[in-house]
Amino acid sequence: MADQETAAPGGHDHDHHPTGWRRWLFSTNHKDIGTMYIVLSMVGALVGGAMSFMIRLELMDPGIQFNLFGAGEEAAYFQFYNVLVTGHAFIMVFFVVMPAMMGGFGNWFVPLMIGAPDMAFPRMNNISFWLLASALVLLLVAAFTQGGPGTGWTVYPPLSSAEFHPGPAVDLGILSLHLAGASSVLGAINMITTIFNMRAPGMTIHRMPLFCWSILVTAFLLLMAMPVLAGGLTMLLTDRNFGTAFFEPSGGGDPVLWQHIFWFFGHPEVYIIILPGFGIVSQVVSTFSRKPIFGYLGMAYAMVFIGFVGFAVWAHHMYTTGLDADTRAYFVSASLVIAVPTGVKIFSWLATMWGGSISFRVPMMFACGFIFLFVMGGVTGVALANAGMDIAFHDTYFVVAHFHYVMAIAGVFAMFAGFYYWIGKMCGRQYPRVLARIHFWSFFIGVNVLFFPQHFSGMAGMPRRIPDYPDNYAGWNYVSSIGAFITTASTLLFFFIVWRTLSAGEKVPANPWGEGAKTLEWTVESPAPFHTFEELPDMTDKQAAE
Amino acid sequence: MIQRLITLAPMTALLIFGATGNAFAGGRSEPWQMGFQPAGSPVMERIIEFHNLVLVIEVSIVALVLGLMCYIIVRFNAKANPVPSKTTHNTLLEVVWTVVPLLILIVVAVPSLKLLYYSDRVENTEMTLKVTGNQWFWSYTYPDHGGFEFDSVIVPDDELKAGQPRLLTVDNEVVLPAETNIRLLFTSADVIHNWGVPSLGLKLDTVAGRISETWVRINKKGNYYGMCSELCGVNHGFMPIHIKAVSKADFAQWVETANKEFARTGGPAPVRVAKAGARDRDD
Repeated sequence: MADQETAAPGGHDHDHHPTGWRRWLFSTNHKDIGTMYIVLSMVGALVGGAMSFMIRLELMDPGIQFNLFGAGEEAAYFQFYNVLVTGHAFIMVFFVVMPAMMGGFGNWFVPLMIGAPDMAFPRMNNISFWLLASALVLLLVAAFTQGGPGTGWTVYPPLSSAEFHPGPAVDLGILSLHLAGASSVLGAINMITTIFNMRAPGMTIHRMPLFCWSILVTAFLLLMAMPVLAGGLTMLLTDRNFGTAFFEPSGGGDPVLWQHIFWFFGHPEVYIIILPGFGIVSQVVSTFSRKPIFGYLGMAYAMVFIGFVGFAVWAHHMYTTGLDADTRAYFVSASLVIAVPTGVKIFSWLATMWGGSISFRVPMMFACGFIFLFVMGGVTGVALANAGMDIAFHDTYFVVAHFHYVMAIAGVFAMFAGFYYWIGKMCGRQYPRVLARIHFWSFFIGVNVLFFPQHFSGMAGMPRRIPDYPDNYAGWNYVSSIGAFITTASTLLFFFIVWRTLSAGEKVPANPWGEGAKTLEWTVESPAPFHTFEELPDMTDKQAAE
Repeated sequence: MIQRLITLAPMTALLIFGATGNAFAGGRSEPWQMGFQPAGSPVMERIIEFHNLVLVIEVSIVALVLGLMCYIIVRFNAKANPVPSKTTHNTLLEVVWTVVPLLILIVVAVPSLKLLYYSDRVENTEMTLKVTGNQWFWSYTYPDHGGFEFDSVIVPDDELKAGQPRLLTVDNEVVLPAETNIRLLFTSADVIHNWGVPSLGLKLDTVAGRISETWVRINKKGNYYGMCSELCGVNHGFMPIHIKAVSKADFAQWVETANKEFARTGGPAPVRVAKAGARDRDD
């Protein structure tokens, strides 16, 4: 209350803001909301990471390792294992990567990069965040309700139907996804409106930084994919509770219909996860090479093209459901085509670095790691796109290795690149350099030891989502679990780095990266003040700000 | 990055040899196996052949990107190249890196589609096997041999005999003749399961309310193992597949004994009709 006395009449003093819990709960400030998204993502990473670590502990050796429920209660333990598999996927997708990329970096840096004072709908921004936080709570409640949802993140009926998952766990999970979806749609509307209407004078859409492009394309994907998921989830909810039979064969429904709906959302979803990473990597590569991005328009429209094609390839997740061969032939061709725009992006990053004067600071190391890991995951994706050969890969650990490389690991590398790149701007303090380098190398080694052997297990035929495996798969599973130990240690090191940065990091100038950092966020002081661009920057005479 | 390249090279080499080098050996995985299981059917032979092409392309692309990155790291770091160039466009280069991948994809797509149609159906089948997924076991029906049906349930670890592989052994293996074109029909009594046998290049969902079809020709006599490949509930990891491929004569003999052993007691009704108002699982 004391603040209000010093505030100007009418509360128009721009440095004034609520303090304490009101500042966060009622926040309409894009930077505060961005910070909350990043904190939520870190909480999610701890929970989702712990789940995957437990999975790797169970799979370290053949046999059942940690039956928490005691002998004779194997069924409860296997259900718990399936809940871990399900929870890990949901949390990592909806509550780690998406909040960090869209909510965290998107909220923080889209307004700063386009020279806008805030997001277009600040209050909607607030509700987007709190819907997502509520969704996380609901999901955790679901996991601990009557055995939890052991359906996998794909929630395929009939396994997810009331007959095979009685009890409220799956319903709570569905409601959680509904909230997360609503949050994403609101966030997407906010981003699109902000980017279309609030760019600074002279900042044409073709001069906008590629990170903003990536967020724009992602927002459109969210806007179109999430309502489809919501429709499917509602049908599943009424199947479970109100006697409809959309997915129930005995009532004339079809379980495969759910798969079409789910993957019509699910495939764009993987681009929703990785596209903002493309944006971050473009900014980082350009900054540290001290060169503008190579082939800017090609880069921007490659993302647009990926977004479009991403909606037309969903059934490549369903090659073994018994689809007609002609249908599969179409999806093979369409899926292969995605390699072209992604190839354009990879080569354009390399061409940006080519001829540059590159300083390999930690964000740049993570960006290079991203490019390598994304290519690794990308080439196995080309293999998986072939329906005839996918018979051998479908539902094996090869697929697990593929999608962890291409979206999980590459996505996390992009997040780390963004974190180290922008942490100075967000908190005004720089990360500890040596520790951050150790973090990069330990994480890089850890994830490769963890996921590369899974290619072998998968080719040898080991199925996904099983708590125990035939003894001949033991070798590579053991190696993989060793990788999990390294990765977990490295993740804990990251949290230590976060703490060291906030408590003892060096003070950062407005632009710590030198002449390569040309985007607008580096023109405001560090940490970025509560309100920025009260006078809009004029970009009319400036070069494209890529 | 250079170390990475060195460690990657022997691994990928092993991958290639692992996939092609071995003769048929047992229809299940080996310890430390890095490639596919040896092919036991013409479809799997073609999958391996096609994969060898794709793998070369994969390794070349990774090697190209890694090589370029290593060169860039050495040549264009801030010490080696203090003044950055200003190049941001090169139309020819951009066209090349769009068109060349497109051509590579055509090289991949043509054999890929051939394989797809080859693996989908075969014209003349000599017999049919119907596979029904259940929580958590498989039922097999032989409609061309009297329509007998039996369940195939996992043998728990403490009941295994010497030499029986853990988690792959069942009480009644499914017996099929070698060198025979077999039509396979799939359906489910409850949730979605997936009948996957890696060495035969087989993997297809069993979906309630649908019958899916594929085919197999087992090249040689022997044992072929597989596992359920679609998450189907708590015992998903514990519903293995064991195919025993025998000669045609032995198969005819087995059919006779099986007809007696698995004879229907409830009259000749090979078709299961869903009762009105009752779910399959309740019967």
